[in-house]
Amino acid sequence: MYKKKENLYGYIFILPWIIGFLGLTLGPLLFSLVGSFTNYNVTSQMDFVGFANYKEMFMYDDLFWTSLYNTLYFVAFSVPLTTIAAILISTLMNQDIPGMRIFRTIYYLPAILSGVGVYLLWMQLLDPSTGLINQFLALFGIDGPNWLFDAEWAKPSLIMMKLWSAGGSMLLYLAAMQGVSKTLYEAAIMDGATRVQMFFRITLPMVTPIIFFDIVTSTIGSFQIFQEAYVMSADNAGAPENSLLFYNLYMWIKAFNVFDMGYAMAMSWILFIIVLILTIINFKFARRWVHYEGD
Amino acid sequence: MYNSNRMKFWRAFNLVLLIVGSLFMIAPLFWMISIALKSMEEIYRGEFTFIPQDIQFSNFVEIFEIAPFFTYFINTSVITVLVVLANVFVNAFIAYGFAKINFKGREVLFIFVLSTMMLPGFITLIPQYVIFAELGLVNTYYPLVLPSFFGSAFNIFLLRQFFKGVPSSMIEAARMEGANHFQIFFKIALPMIKPALFTVAIFSFNGVWNDFLGPLLYLNDESLYTLQLGLQVFKEQSSTQWNYLMAGSLLVLMPVIILFFFFQKYFIQGSNILGQTDEK
Repeated sequence: MYKKKENLYGYIFILPWIIGFLGLTLGPLLFSLVGSFTNYNVTSQMDFVGFANYKEMFMYDDLFWTSLYNTLYFVAFSVPLTTIAAILISTLMNQDIPGMRIFRTIYYLPAILSGVGVYLLWMQLLDPSTGLINQFLALFGIDGPNWLFDAEWAKPSLIMMKLWSAGGSMLLYLAAMQGVSKTLYEAAIMDGATRVQMFFRITLPMVTPIIFFDIVTSTIGSFQIFQEAYVMSADNAGAPENSLLFYNLYMWIKAFNVFDMGYAMAMSWILFIIVLILTIINFKFARRWVHYEGD
Repeated sequence: MYNSNRMKFWRAFNLVLLIVGSLFMIAPLFWMISIALKSMEEIYRGEFTFIPQDIQFSNFVEIFEIAPFFTYFINTSVITVLVVLANVFVNAFIAYGFAKINFKGREVLFIFVLSTMMLPGFITLIPQYVIFAELGLVNTYYPLVLPSFFGSAFNIFLLRQFFKGVPSSMIEAARMEGANHFQIFFKIALPMIKPALFTVAIFSFNGVWNDFLGPLLYLNDESLYTLQLGLQVFKEQSSTQWNYLMAGSLLVLMPVIILFFFFQKYFIQGSNILGQTDEK
C-alpha cells in the first residue's frame, strides 16, 4: 500500500522547515538562553556570570526602565488608536457608497508602504519649519510643536505615523462586516433601532473575533518597534532625551554598538516573557468580550 | 419604513467623513511628490502649496550624482529575486506537506510552526548574527538570502490554507494510479494555487524590498548596500536637502506603489487570509 510511504514523504516535504527550525530558531534560542547568563561579547570572553545581567537590568540600569516605559507608552496608545481608526474607517466604508473601490485603495495604500522611504517622508511632514503638518496648522494660526525634536512630542509623532497606516487591518474588519447577515439589520430596523444602536449591538459584537486578532498581533508587533526609532531619531539612538529609546533599540545598542551581547540576550528573554504574559492576558480576557458565532 | 430623509442625511454625512479621511491619507504622498519637485529655495519659503512654482525634474538626476542609487538598485534587485523565488517555492513545498500528506506528528509540528510567529524577532537575531559571523558570512548577502530557503511561518500558514482547498480525492486518485507526491505537487497541486503563489510573491517582494534591519546588521561595504540602507546613508549626507530626500524616497517606494496598483487584488487576498487564524 502506498500509505506506508506517507510518513517518509511528509518528512521530506517539511524537511526545509525542520532544518530551519533547528538551525535558525531552536539552536539560536538555546544559545541565547545560555548566553544571557554570561558576559559574552562575540570576540574574547564567554564566562558564566549567573543572574548578573538580569540583576543589572532590573536594579541598576535606568536606561532599561526608560526603554521599557517608552515601549509601553507606544503600545498603550498606538494599539487602541489604530484599532479604533480601522474600525471607524471600515464602518464608514461598509455601506453602499459610490467609489467604494477608490476609497479602499486610498485607505489601504499607506499600509503597504514601509521602510526608510516612509520614515523620511514623515520626517519631512513633521519638520518644524518646512513640514506639511506645521504649515497646515499655520493656516489656522497654530504654531505647531517641534515634533521629533521635542522629547514630549517625539512618541506622539510616531503614533501619528502608525495611524496613517491603520488601513491595513481595515480590510479584515470590512470582510467581517460584510459577512454579517443582512436579516439581523432588517429585524433591528423593524424594531425601530437607530444606526448607533445597530452599530453597538450588531456590527461591533460580530467583529469582536477580528478585533481580538488585531489587538493580539499588533501588540506583539508594536512591542518590537525598532526601525522607525533608529532612522527617525537624530543620533540613531533614541534622541531627543532618550524619548525614542524603545526596548529593541536599546537592545540593539547593547548588542551591536557596545557588544554587550550577554546583556542584550538577557533583555530579549525579558521581552519575550512580557509579550507572552500580555498575550495570555489577552486570551484570558477574550472570553468576556469576544463573541464567536454559534456560542 | 425607515425615514428616507434621515437615511439620505446619514449617507451624505458618511461620504463627507470618508472624503475628509482620504484627503488625510493621500495628502502626505502628494506632498512628497511636490517637495521632490521643488527647489530648496522654494521649500524654505515655507508656503503651504502643493504645486511647485518652478518644477525641478533635475532633482531626480542630481540624486544619482550624490549617491550610487543605481548600484543600490542592482544590489536590492539581486537579493529580492533570490528571496522571492525561494520564498514561493520552498514555502509551497513545506505547506503542501502540512496540508496534504498524513504523517505522524503533523499537528504537533504545525503548532510549532505557528508558535514561531509569536517569537520576538530580536531573540533569535543576536544568536543568528553570531552564527553568520562565525561562518565568516558577515558583509555578504548570505545572511539575507539563506534563511528564506528554510521557509517562514506566515507563508507556510498562508499557502497551507490554499492547499487545503485542493480536493483530497484528486490526490488520492493520483496516488492510486502510482503518482508520487513530488509529481502530484508539481503537476496538480501547484498549478491549482497559482493566485496564492502570486500573493506570497508580492508579500515577500514587499518585505525584502523594504527590509532595513537585515542589511543594516550584515552589510558594511557601501558597494554592497541596498536601497533601504543607501537611503539611510543618503539621509545622513544630505541632512535637510528635503527635495533630494523626497526624490530618493519616491524612487525607492515607486516599485511597491506600481505593484500595488496593478495587483491590488492579491494584496487584499493575502491580508484576508491573515485574519483566518481561528480556522483549523
